[in-house]
Amino acid sequence: MGTEAQSETSSRAVISAPSVLAVFLLLAAASYGALIWAPTENTMGLVQRIFYFHVSSAWTGFVSFILVFVGSVAYLRTRALKWDWLSVASAEVGVAFFTIVLVTGPIWAKPVWGIWWTWDARLTSSFLLWVLFVSYLVLRTLVDEPERRALVSAVFGIFAALDIPLVYFSIWWFRTQHPQPVIGDGGSLDARMGWVLLLCWAATLGVMTVLIRLRYRLEALRAEVDAYRMEASRNA
Amino acid sequence: MTLARASGVILAKELRTEFRSRELLGTTVVFVLIVIVLFSFTFNPTSSESRRFGPGLLWLAFLFAGSLMLQSSFLREQTNDTLAALRLAPIDPFSILAGKMAANFLFLLLVEVILLPVFAVLYNVAILPVLGQLLLVLALGTIGLAATGTVFSAVAAQARLRELLLPLLLLPVLAPVLIASTEATIGVLRDPPELSMVWLTFLACFDVVFLTAAWMVGEYLLEE
Repeated sequence: MGTEAQSETSSRAVISAPSVLAVFLLLAAASYGALIWAPTENTMGLVQRIFYFHVSSAWTGFVSFILVFVGSVAYLRTRALKWDWLSVASAEVGVAFFTIVLVTGPIWAKPVWGIWWTWDARLTSSFLLWVLFVSYLVLRTLVDEPERRALVSAVFGIFAALDIPLVYFSIWWFRTQHPQPVIGDGGSLDARMGWVLLLCWAATLGVMTVLIRLRYRLEALRAEVDAYRMEASRNA
Repeated sequence: MTLARASGVILAKELRTEFRSRELLGTTVVFVLIVIVLFSFTFNPTSSESRRFGPGLLWLAFLFAGSLMLQSSFLREQTNDTLAALRLAPIDPFSILAGKMAANFLFLLLVEVILLPVFAVLYNVAILPVLGQLLLVLALGTIGLAATGTVFSAVAAQARLRELLLPLLLLPVLAPVLIASTEATIGVLRDPPELSMVWLTFLACFDVVFLTAAWMVGEYLLEE
């Protein structure tokens, strides 16, 4: 166990400076695109510019939750703790991105719709998704033994991920049956708006990658410390 | 021993344990009854209103009941470490899970069938003409509840604060079941009644997805 943890961490170097720099530049370019280069939307005005980071954060959050699923399945198949580290890192980063979605959403909604929140299909399902993975993180804090924690959270991670499409379909059908405030989809998107949205997605994906790698390394170090502690208590 | 026979033996054992004491069923029935009575204070349950809100309240009560009742499914085995004994048996580990799922499904369905007439009387809803359709919705919804609930009961049994943890894990995952069963029940109780195929199919899909998932992770979940 001890040697395994050591080889895991030493094989994975610290995040390289060039990659962090690249993500930083990407983020700067995305901010410039979203705040200055993209044309101002006609009806909603300046507040619409929050849309670029709102939507790209949601997409990136999805990617993180898919990684939780991948890590959970891979852990159950291989029993290598590194997959559990990937799952926990991705879940935390995904929850962080969905928190951004849930905070920027009302900021955008208030001036445009006149209300902070509406129980619209997309809002409700994003909220439920956030709750689902917060539960996943809570579960992890309540199991101490690393292998046990990895096992039960992998099972819950798989169930939560399988629930995502069901949550979306059920809420979508449910909400489309009931009258709702009309939410304009903006009609046709200006070409520049589309490019800025893609740029923002690339930037948030970059941030996601850096954060997941950092968090993964932290988890690996934690496992290493635990292994040393066990060894020390055995020798004492 | 085949999977079906092994699951049958586990199911029989679960039923025997419960019907010797009947404490789980009795307590759950009273719990749902209390919830139904308390819900009546949150709005005025006149007939037209109760047709709209009643099914949602009923399903919410069943979900709460499930998240409390299913705790004991694996906790019971911990007292004398009987799960280790079950694991030693030369059977497919999934059959332990399957037997418990079937037992939990029957317990929950029994609680629901006992409380349905009470709900009908208190909320002034006529259920007799649509009883068959209503039972179909109840059964499909309860399969999903029992399948995910049994798996999460095994998960929560291995954690601290398990009494609080199980509802926390179960309720968000079951949100689609709550929506689909509520909408289907509202349809059945409507005048004239209409059985929504969309929601029934959705419930069936939910059941299939999570039964398959339980089948695939079951053996990992029960290992020591």
